[in-house]
Amino acid sequence: MDRREFLGGTAAIAGSLAMARPALAQSAELSFFYPVAVGGPITKLIDAYAAGFEKENPGIKVKPIYAGTYQETIVKALTAHKSGTPPVLSVLLSTDMFTLIDEEAIVPFDPFIKTEDDKKWLSSFFPGFMENSQTGGKTWGIPFQRSTVVLYWNKELFKEAGLDPEKPPKTWAEQLEFAQKLTKRDAAGNTSQWGIQIPSSGFPYWLFQGLTTQAGAILANAAGDKTDYANPGVVEALQYWVDLAQKHKVHPPGIVEWGTTPRDFFEKKVAMMWTTTGNLTNVRANAKFPFGVAVLPAGKKPGSPTGGGNFYLSKKASPAEQEAAFKFVRWITTPERAAQWSADTGYVAVTPAAYETEAMKKYVADFPQALVARDQLPTAVAELSTHENQRVTKALNDGLQAALTGTKQPGPAMADAQAEAERILKSYR
Amino acid sequence: MTNRATATIHGWLLLLPAMACLALFTHWPAVASFIDSFMSTPRARRPARFVGLDNYEQMLADPIFWKAMANNLWFAMGTIPASIALALLMAVWVNDRIAGRTLVRMAYFTPTILPMIAVANIWLFFFTPQYGLLEQIVGAFGGRSTNWLGSQDTALYAVTIVAIWKEAGFFMIFYLAALQAIPPSLGEAAAIEGASRWTFFRRVQFPLLMPTTLFVLINAVINAFRMVDHIFVMTRGGPDNATTLLLFYIYQVGFGFWDTAYAAALTCVLLALLALVAFVQYGWLERRTHYQ
Repeated sequence: MDRREFLGGTAAIAGSLAMARPALAQSAELSFFYPVAVGGPITKLIDAYAAGFEKENPGIKVKPIYAGTYQETIVKALTAHKSGTPPVLSVLLSTDMFTLIDEEAIVPFDPFIKTEDDKKWLSSFFPGFMENSQTGGKTWGIPFQRSTVVLYWNKELFKEAGLDPEKPPKTWAEQLEFAQKLTKRDAAGNTSQWGIQIPSSGFPYWLFQGLTTQAGAILANAAGDKTDYANPGVVEALQYWVDLAQKHKVHPPGIVEWGTTPRDFFEKKVAMMWTTTGNLTNVRANAKFPFGVAVLPAGKKPGSPTGGGNFYLSKKASPAEQEAAFKFVRWITTPERAAQWSADTGYVAVTPAAYETEAMKKYVADFPQALVARDQLPTAVAELSTHENQRVTKALNDGLQAALTGTKQPGPAMADAQAEAERILKSYR
Repeated sequence: MTNRATATIHGWLLLLPAMACLALFTHWPAVASFIDSFMSTPRARRPARFVGLDNYEQMLADPIFWKAMANNLWFAMGTIPASIALALLMAVWVNDRIAGRTLVRMAYFTPTILPMIAVANIWLFFFTPQYGLLEQIVGAFGGRSTNWLGSQDTALYAVTIVAIWKEAGFFMIFYLAALQAIPPSLGEAAAIEGASRWTFFRRVQFPLLMPTTLFVLINAVINAFRMVDHIFVMTRGGPDNATTLLLFYIYQVGFGFWDTAYAAALTCVLLALLALVAFVQYGWLERRTHYQ
């Protein structure tokens, strides 16, 4: 027996078991994989949503399964897909769209959009989030836990440095100037406080995309089969980042760890940091000083990538299960729930209507920083996403880290990254 | 049926559960990986087909593979001798009758029982620039601040040190057990002859520990290629692949890029490498090992 047959056999057994159950219970069971990528009691919130939905829809049982980080969740979801029994619904990175399409693991949402009401719902999301959810005229993902990059600044340290604590930097030049004023060095030349910090471990491409968008470059086309890493704008953006550390010495040298960056900010080791809006609740709870949140400073123009996770529908689920999953997705993205989710987690609410709800108005009255992410969305671009996404972004990540650690100049580093991406993507055109 | 046939069937039946488990979860995956390494990666519309040595040619041309190999060799050269030497030193020390011996033994063994992911998170803060433990110590002596994990020059050393720290205690236990099996009369005889502590160790203890050393060495070699958990937490292979080890790269290719055929080819290389090392160790070292 070969492996495929064996897996097929297992899947058939599992499938027949799964089919036998609804026939007895007269209900659709909706398995649902989700990752946790930020702090906070996310699992409790999701369980509460599932319970709330079941109450209103007695025929459907929702089974949320916490599946680890984003990376672990897609590994589990795709492995389950290959063995025949994937979850009906999963929350995965919006950038995994092309990978999931190529694996034929998901179906588009379009067949479920039937009524006028459905159409209105689909067009209710921020267009910035839909860029990563649609390709080839079809909608493959529905935005759920989405984020964007923003600048956090420490008002106390601004005051100490003689800056207006209410005014964040608006341009690249100002950002550098402020950072120079905010960097403190002792007599021996050791830095006790850095001006600015842009994390570069793990997925530096995401934060870097803020810089490239501001430099007027777009990293990949909408079809996801061509990158533009060697664009002069991209090199200029990288040069700016490298100069912050190596020339101006206002940014820590080498690779800055993503995970400890908020901690550096709390410890006052850095006065300004770039990180996700998903950290809002975390910073609010842990910063022992007044802080501000601002849209990223503009280069040629303002801009930031979006990020985070979308809902995807499994191709191998039965039509009844898909229909139930669609119902759940519609239910959980209503303005009231999107607003509550945003307030509880710090993620950006996915529809403009959510910002008009009472719950959201109350939340932002108390915490106006939460509005910054929304205000940045009009200039936000799709997060870098291509076919063979992880391999193509790794080429960029390696180039960025080589430049930031000083082993390559920005120009050659980006040229190498582009050559590697080109080699991988050639066969998709 | 004769008695003998019944006995044979009984024997096989008793072996069957263990054999089935081994075959299903160890032998078959290894064979399947070997077969898959000559196929292309199956995609939704393009089923796997035979591609011969394509995956291996790709490997020869892949700079990250060579980087991972080189990193792994440095990692092995760093972890194996250091962790064994440290384990031996600790074992000889806590074998003596010193005050608080149990406490020291426990302390040495603690790193082994802690989960690697938790340990890596703790070490992440040790290595953190500016306010990390290491920085504070260096700073107290007036040293300069270093970004241990964020620089290509130091990142591999940093993850190597974590591995040594994690392993030494485990190997110590084996040495300790072996030391206690050495008859005390040998020590008494050496004392009567007036042998120094060092001579006793070099001429008596160390040769008698050779079987243990061989066992520990094999384990250390396997671990040098197997221990990658802390890489996920501490560096994710960065900066620019400076800490990418072979197994980490296999995971990345297999479950990040979903290029399962290439991952299978990489796995075969890893298996071949380990088989070669084990062969050398058993064939060559064992002949020089003195068993009691």
